[in-house]
Amino acid sequence: MRRLLPAPAILGTALLLAALAAASLVIGVGDLFARDGTSGVSGLMLLLASRLPRTLAAILTGAALAIAGTVMQTLAKNRFVDPMTAGTGSSAALGILLVTLLAPGAPIALKALAGSAVAFLGTLLFLRFARDLPPTEPFLVPLFGIVYGGVVGAIAAAIAWEADLVQFLDVWMNGEFSGVIRGRYELLFVTALLGAVAFWAADRLTILSLGRATAVGLGLDHAAMLRLGLVIVALIAGVTVVTVGIIPFVGLVVPALIGRRVGDDVRRALPLTALLGAGLVLGSDILGRLLRYPYEVPVGTVLGVVGAAAFLAIVLRRARLG
Amino acid sequence: MAERGWTSPKARLLLLAAGAALSVLAFMTVGLKGGLAFALELRAVRLAALVEVAVAVAVSTVVFQTITGNRILTPSIMGLDALYSLLQALAVFTLGGLGYAMLPATAKFLGEAGLMALLGTALFLPLLSRRGDIPTLLLAGVVLGVLFRSLSLMVARLIDPNEFAIVQSARYADFNTLDATLLVPCLGLTGLGTLLVWRARHVLDVMALGREAAVGLGVAWRRSATALLVLVGALTAASTALVGPVAFLGLLVVALAERTVGTVRHGPLLLGAMLLAVILLVGGQTILAQLLDNVLTLGIVIEFFGGLAFLILITRRRR
Amino acid sequence: MIRISNVSYAIAGTTILEDIDLAIPSGGVTALIGPNGAGKSTLLSLIARLLPLSSGTITLDGLPVDRTPTRALALRLAVMAQEGSVASRLRVEELVGFGRFPHHRGRPRAQDQAAVAEALALFDLEALADRFVDTLSGGQRQRARVAMAYCQGTDYLLLDEPLNSLDIIYARALMRTLRRIADDRGRTIVVVLHDLNHAAAHADRIVALREGRLVADGPTGEVMTTATLQRVFGDTIPVAEVDGHRIALHFV
Repeated sequence: MRRLLPAPAILGTALLLAALAAASLVIGVGDLFARDGTSGVSGLMLLLASRLPRTLAAILTGAALAIAGTVMQTLAKNRFVDPMTAGTGSSAALGILLVTLLAPGAPIALKALAGSAVAFLGTLLFLRFARDLPPTEPFLVPLFGIVYGGVVGAIAAAIAWEADLVQFLDVWMNGEFSGVIRGRYELLFVTALLGAVAFWAADRLTILSLGRATAVGLGLDHAAMLRLGLVIVALIAGVTVVTVGIIPFVGLVVPALIGRRVGDDVRRALPLTALLGAGLVLGSDILGRLLRYPYEVPVGTVLGVVGAAAFLAIVLRRARLG
Repeated sequence: MAERGWTSPKARLLLLAAGAALSVLAFMTVGLKGGLAFALELRAVRLAALVEVAVAVAVSTVVFQTITGNRILTPSIMGLDALYSLLQALAVFTLGGLGYAMLPATAKFLGEAGLMALLGTALFLPLLSRRGDIPTLLLAGVVLGVLFRSLSLMVARLIDPNEFAIVQSARYADFNTLDATLLVPCLGLTGLGTLLVWRARHVLDVMALGREAAVGLGVAWRRSATALLVLVGALTAASTALVGPVAFLGLLVVALAERTVGTVRHGPLLLGAMLLAVILLVGGQTILAQLLDNVLTLGIVIEFFGGLAFLILITRRRR
Repeated sequence: MIRISNVSYAIAGTTILEDIDLAIPSGGVTALIGPNGAGKSTLLSLIARLLPLSSGTITLDGLPVDRTPTRALALRLAVMAQEGSVASRLRVEELVGFGRFPHHRGRPRAQDQAAVAEALALFDLEALADRFVDTLSGGQRQRARVAMAYCQGTDYLLLDEPLNSLDIIYARALMRTLRRIADDRGRTIVVVLHDLNHAAAHADRIVALREGRLVADGPTGEVMTTATLQRVFGDTIPVAEVDGHRIALHFV
């Protein structure tokens, strides 16, 4: 059985990611090589306190979101869903908003957990509805997801409006790395662990995507697997939304790119998925920093444009092919 | 053949008209205090704006849905109102904030509305070739909407932050702060557009049967569809200019109107949708602002219920 | 031996199966036949624990299917359900390989790879091994799914309408392959068939259902009579003998 990883593609993507990371470290307003910068910040300080954390945050977030997309697509048995736009993201934001309301001083980990809990429920509800949509029309599931995400977002907006927390909600709803500094992003390393769990469960996830009958026939506890998948997606959502905010379409575009060539065998696809996701988000962040230097365009906005355009291309291409 | 009594479309329309009148009355009178003349004048201006938005959204949605052959897609879901924000942002981006501000408001608006009519038509005419394939049309439309919204946010960011405030595009419609300078041109445009659509209501009845059937009955399909799409673009500009994106308002009022009026003929349907939109906007705004002390904004409420209506409509859609 | 006792099944008040008592002996090919809505697929799904058993018992070599750990069952019984499509973008070899999952739990060993190779050869899929499943024709995809179930290497192989979307030549080839698997490898095959004559030509036993009830159960030759078929389908179907096979002339 050829279940080898697609080594050349992985190597190529890893190199690209390394180049992007190097670029990310040097691009920014502060001068990295100034001995005694006019602002009094040394280059090394800037590197360690700001640039490196930002770069790592983008890599971790991108990899996690791409993995979450892959997992979500096996759960929904639909290759066009992206958790961040299908209600998981806005549910996480709603949960974080609620805990901020009830316990303003709660530590960030607790907020992430609350976000994950609500994201779990919100995604469960979405999958419940998605199951009843006719499988012959795969476009209805992402369509439902986007509008469902909007409805959950409206609930969050109403609460935020009432509680005067609109600015906070905006921060969680629009992904941005400009606020990432040392001490404020380390929670994201949890997502690396979640990625490892997904890799460990990869074969079972693939079987899940083949449908319940196949999964049960192969001796899988179908319900338990669904739960595990949901927990992975929800935790990734909670952690990323609380630290950097919602970044749309990564979970859709990356698996779509990979699925075409590598296929849907999760174990084969996952490493490349993580690398490409990291590259996409880091690249978009760098683009956002350069577009209107020295001002920044948030990465969520950049990917809103890039991701929506790519998604549109996928939809129209698939529709043309019939 | 026509139904009579309280279940006939005519009686139902009368009920809706009464509801709309009641909403208007409540809007003008509830919670009045201070200088009466001043307060009334202020309210009358805002009432005119709300009614204008209601009519523009209702009419443009009915027309758009008939041409695209479904009752789920609306100009606003397809991102036409986001396109308007994008155009504004692009105008500020190219002219600079000062240059943009110096242009006369009416001319600016009419220019934007004209551009919208053109762009909207150019964009949606090709999509009509997929008229039968509703899921693709819907998803492509919704994603296009996301794309336009993200693009207008992006362009807003590319503008010098000092000029950023001019185009700051809202996520939800804002019915509390209306741009009164545009009221007169918007009213004019909406009135004209509505009149033209009203005169075409019988053509719309035929177009609702589908392209082949309509052509068979002697309707110049492409020319009619193009002309109507131009009107849809202009009407969307006229509502967005005043309050911003209205998201699911059109979906909500047409879905409700179809069920309330109980006919798919465009005459009663257009009237019913307009009246329902007035009830929803004027009545809703009265309740939220006067009775509930602004605990919620109408924009968010519409987003919520309209979104729910959308979800119900696509889950109920069979075959 | 699959033993089914007192099994009834209803969905929302509608009876699908009523009081089924049946023993399917080990070895050989048993065909489940009956008109549309007879409950064939439901019975197969109950045996394969794809549906929850609400009344009665089903045992597989003495193990109750509803209380045996699902993993343990997966080593004894493989099922190909009548699931619409495999939407997943997997290669044929990968798909078939997942049939070995109950054995290796994610770490394929040499014997698993050998089993995959054997299944690919047996079902004439070697040339397609590297193709994505979603690029195959309906018939090729169906063969890949049967190969996956076979690859699971279980004593019992349950197939729900495996001939769907196969053309006549591949349908016959698949039935012959199933026959060989039963004869050479001693597997027990239970197969839901739509076409009576595939059962007549290749099955050892025929179990016939009608409106949720068992109406016939016996060696193929005994069931393939005009009188029995009359009870199953409620219509007169002449039966002719051709080359030692009893063939239903349901076209005339």
